[in-house]
Parts: sequence; C-alpha cells; structure tokens
Amino acid sequence: MTDATSLSFVRSAVIPEQRPPHRVSGPLVWMRENLFSSLLNTVLTIVFLGVVGWVLPGFIRFVLLTPVWVASSSKDCSADLLQHPVGACWGFIDAHFGYLFYGQYPAGERWRVNLFYALEALGIVWILLPKAPFKSAGLAFFFLLFPVIGFVLLSGMPIIGLSTVQTHYWGGFLVTIVISTVGIVASLPIGVVLALGRRSAMPIARLVSVIMIEFVRGVPLITVLFMANVMFPLFVPDGWRPDSLLRVLVGVGFFSAAYMAEAVRGGLQAIPRGQYEAAQALGLGYWQMMIKIILPQALKIVIPNIVNNFIGLFKDTTLVAIVGIFDFLRTIQASLSDPNWRSGQMPLAAYLFAAFVYFIFCYGMARYSLSMERRLQTGNRH
Amino acid sequence: MKKLIAAAVVAAASFGLVTGASAGTLDNVKAKGQLVCGANPGTAGFGVPDEKGNWTGLDVDYCRAIAAAIFNDPTKVKFVPLSSKDRFTALASGEVDVLIRNSTWTMSRETTLGVIWAGINFYDGQGFLVNKKLGVKSATDLDGATICVQQGTTTELNLADYFRATGKKYQVVTFGTSEEAVKAYDTGRCDAYTTDRSGLAADRLSMSKPDDHIILPEIISKEPLGPLVRQGDDQWLNLVKWVHYGLLVAEEDGITKANVDEKAKSDDPELKRVLGTDGKFGESLGLSNAWLVQIVKAVGNYGEIFERNVGPNTPLQLARASNALWNKGGLQYAPPIR
Repeated sequence: MTDATSLSFVRSAVIPEQRPPHRVSGPLVWMRENLFSSLLNTVLTIVFLGVVGWVLPGFIRFVLLTPVWVASSSKDCSADLLQHPVGACWGFIDAHFGYLFYGQYPAGERWRVNLFYALEALGIVWILLPKAPFKSAGLAFFFLLFPVIGFVLLSGMPIIGLSTVQTHYWGGFLVTIVISTVGIVASLPIGVVLALGRRSAMPIARLVSVIMIEFVRGVPLITVLFMANVMFPLFVPDGWRPDSLLRVLVGVGFFSAAYMAEAVRGGLQAIPRGQYEAAQALGLGYWQMMIKIILPQALKIVIPNIVNNFIGLFKDTTLVAIVGIFDFLRTIQASLSDPNWRSGQMPLAAYLFAAFVYFIFCYGMARYSLSMERRLQTGNRH
Repeated sequence: MKKLIAAAVVAAASFGLVTGASAGTLDNVKAKGQLVCGANPGTAGFGVPDEKGNWTGLDVDYCRAIAAAIFNDPTKVKFVPLSSKDRFTALASGEVDVLIRNSTWTMSRETTLGVIWAGINFYDGQGFLVNKKLGVKSATDLDGATICVQQGTTTELNLADYFRATGKKYQVVTFGTSEEAVKAYDTGRCDAYTTDRSGLAADRLSMSKPDDHIILPEIISKEPLGPLVRQGDDQWLNLVKWVHYGLLVAEEDGITKANVDEKAKSDDPELKRVLGTDGKFGESLGLSNAWLVQIVKAVGNYGEIFERNVGPNTPLQLARASNALWNKGGLQYAPPIR
C-alpha cells in the first residue's frame, strides 16, 4: 500500500498565490482589441463617437424630453406661444391617430377594422410561429378563410348586419396593410406558378409566363398603377368599372408576382439536376416532383429574396398615393397641410412617427427571415 | 406625357369610348346615388382632412353643395383625390363627375383637354410675402429687394414681367422646390417670397414666427380657380354653374344657413324665385325647386363658405378682396335668377 504523498510527482504543499494573468477578457480588453486596435480603427472610433455624441443628445431631447404630448392645434406646439423650447409635437399624432390608422372609416364601425387587424395578426403568428399547432389549419385559415372574412368585415354585408363601407372611406394604415397583405398573399402562389411556367417544357405556358414576367418587370409600378386607375376606365363601359382600390390591388398583385417569379426561378435553377432525375427515377409525376422534392428545397434557398420582395412591396405601397388612394404616409402628408396644424416643425414629428412605423414592420420581417434561415439550414450544413 | 395622355383621351372620346360623356351625367349621378367629385389631395383651405378625417375646404364645400342640390344630402359625395397630373384625364375618362380641385381656368386647357369650366369660385393670383420688420406696405416698395421663388414655374416668369413693367430693380434667388424656397425665406435669405396668394397664406403658417409676416395687397397674375366638367353635357354644365351662382345669389340676398327657412317664407318676389316658392327654376335644372334651400342649409352661402375655410378668422386669414361680391368691390358676380 503506497501513500499518495510519498510519490515524488505529487505535490505535498500548496504553492503560493500568484498574480492573476494579464487580462484576456472584459470590457477594457474588448475595447482595446476591437475599437483601438490600430491607428485607423482608433480614428474611426473617435469620429463615430463624436458624431453620436453630437447628434444623440439633441435627438433625445427633441423626441423624449421636451415634446408636447397632447395638442388640439399647432398653437399648442408653438415655442413662441408657450415661451419655452418645444421638441417633437407628438400631440399631432395623438389628435390624428384615428385618421392615420382607420382613414375615414365610420367611427362606430371601427371595431371591424380592429377585428380585421387582430385576425390578420392571429393568422400571421399561426403560420409563422414554428411551434404553433395545426399548421395546415393555420395555412387554410390565412390563405382561404381570412381573405373572405376580411373582405366581408371591411366592406360589409347588410344581410348579416354589417353596413356597407365603400372603399373610399378606407385609408391610412388600413389601406397600407390591405395592399401589402393582398400583394404578399397573391404574389407567392402566382409567382411560383409563373416561375414553373417559365421553366416549363410546354411552349405556350412558357411564352405566357415570359411575356407576363418581362412585361411587368419592364415597367415601373407607378405606370402599372396609373394604367389601372386612370387609363383602364377609358376602355370599359360605365357599369363595368371595378372599384379603384380593387384595380390597384390587382395591379400590385401582378407586379409583386412577377418579381416573386424571378426570385423563385433563382431557387429552381440552384437545385442540382440530380434531384430532378432522382425524383423521376422514383416514378414521381411533374407535380409530385415539384411539390415534394424541388420546391421545398428551392424556396428554402430563396427565403432572403422572398422576404426582400415583401419588404420592398410593403414600402412600395406608398406609391398608391399617386393615384389618389390614401395610404399611411399620404394621410400623414394630407393632415400636415391642414391649416390648423400647419407649422414649421410639425412635419418632423409626423415623419419620425411614419419612419418608426415602417421600420417596425420591415425590421420585423427581416428578423423573422433570418431566424427562418437558421432553422431551415440544418439540411445544408456541410 | 401630358400631351400623349390628352391625345389618348381625345381619341378615346371621339370613338365614343368615353361613355360618361354620352349619357346624361345627372342621370348617372342619380342612378349611382352619389356624386363623384375630383378633389384636392391636400391643399390648405381648399381640400384637407381634419383630425377626424372629414374633408373640409372651399372646394370640398362646392362638392357638398352639388350633392345637396341633387340629393338634399351633402354627405352623398365620393371624394376622389387627384394629383395635378391625372386630374384632367380622370375627368375626361368619366372617373369623376366634376372636378373641383383649385384648377386654373386657361384657354389651352379648355380648347385641348375636352373640359369646360363652370365658373370661378376663387380668384387667386400671385402675391408677395414679406417680413413686417421691413416696413413694406406694398409691392411698389420692393425696389431693390431680394426675392425667393421656385425655379421653372410661371411664378418666376410673372415676377420678371411685373418688375419689368414697373421698372423696378430686384434680385431673384431660385430654388428647386417650394419647400426650399420657403425655408430660405424664413431663414432670412430673401426679403420676400412669391407664389399664389392662397399658397402664401398656407406657407406663412410654416414660418418659425407666422405673425411676423404679411401678404402684400398686390396681385401680379391671374389664377382663376373653379369647378369644371366634361364638354358635351350642357345640362350638367348648367347645374354646376348654377350651384355656383346660387351660392353667390344667396349671399347677395342675405340668405344664410341660419335664416334660410325664415327667408323661404318671405313674400319678397326675389326671395320667392330664388328659394323656389315661385317658378320652376329648380325643375328646369333637373332638380327640385327648393334646390337652393337645400344647398344653403347644407353649406351656407358663398360668403359663409369663404369665411369658414379661408377667411380672416381661419389660420389662412385671407381677405375677400377680389372674391367679394361685385357690389362690395369684388369680382364675384352672378346672373339673376329669374
């Protein structure tokens, strides 16, 4: 039996404490390594901090410290009348809130718009949240049931007690959401069909798809909107004139579908030939092959492009103002020209608010697409 | 582009494709149950949404007046906001029944675009905005002044013409957009800023100290604004025209929103004709004989519309000036109803 202490290589006494090693972590080290690692880096850091230090205090004071939260006209935000400096006039947003988010939708019926917003949020969360149950029911709800319910809710159906609200009463954020939702919901299926058509072996299908895609991509969205709203009525008799918002929705739908088709085609081309051959070797037909093998892989590859299209579409909805439809941004601009609210600094608060709202939605989409990519990447990890 | 569109519109019209023009517009409007009014997408005093989103303004009230004349209900209007580029196309294509969107009446527009003006509901014209500190009371005092103006507009031409005609010296500073010009004037780059007077009144509110600025009395160009309709439907033209004249006549006869019911009971032969208790003036327009009662009840007379939207007690603070009635030194003159 040997005592461990008798072994020559086992230490028998505690060694004295030593100075800790030179820092290898912590904020100071991080700063030295990342912000001041070289002369150029140091200069850039100082310049950047200088700019931030120059801009930020004024911005924070303007936005949060000296603003006017409640106002009934531009007089309540006038530094001259109040005898002290005034920041952002958030009272403008507060007073116009109903108009900005519902347009001229009758005040008593606005619960219908709220319900529409809520249903849309439910549908989006349902199909986007990875862990949500009954996925296919969610898809059916969002793509089949929701458009019908949404339409009945917003435009009304006297038989079931919902009074008719013509689309020229819709406005503001409601219109922005309706147009982008219709654009997004319509563009994906139509875009996929067009992309498949363009790569199809059938000459007619290919020709139609190519003409459709190239024509739409060859003209600006403004031209499409202008055609839909101003020129189209010239060619049809009086009773055949669809609602102007509907015409714009169709125009936006086709426009976004053409861009979507090209994004999807990029994904289809990235799938190796072997995948097609393997699917055919298994005896799958064209649609089975596409739905089960090719499209799931192709769409996964082009998620960033698709989301990019969605974000672009969401922002492009502001163009409908050209044809006299009042989207979110246009309602803000129109409210700014109200003489009761007109003043030099009013636009600052109004446009900051608009930027904030658009940013929330676009950044939300961008973040979701990133997390989606990470989740789906498993198969391609080498 | 503009000419191309105009050509397309005229071509379409000549092939009978523009159906709105061939059928009676009044019958169409009655069948639809609402007036479709080409409106302003947001110009202070003429057509802007208030906090609740209700359209207000001088042009808007004209749309409501026509609706009140036809349906006895000023809310039966669908406002189609139009940009300055597509407004005439929208009217010619039948997208709107009437265009009331501070559009200047010019010869070329009436002879080439297939549209016709029904009257002038606002005499506008180019004016000057100056800082009170300068002590300038009239444009004739502007000798040697620096003037801010938007580039490439008729505004710039009118300015040059005016100063050449009066033999005064001036220095012009041009800017790409009106916002820039306004900003430059506000920061003291120029002594005066010039554009249409209704625009000046709105731009004045954007100044850091609006009350320090005044609009000079001189008008150096003619900008007659008014409602217009498609050519080829005289019944509809008459209706819009007489709604305008009716509003003027109502003011002339002292008929207001408040006293219209009382006046309708009067024995005065003029009031009896105007308010429809005598004669069939309304019916001859395709309306009810109480057409003017309906209009005035809904929006008041011309003076009330003016005061409510652009007058001295509104933020715009425009004086009646040329828009006063003819017997008060202005240009607003209506033929008699008889």
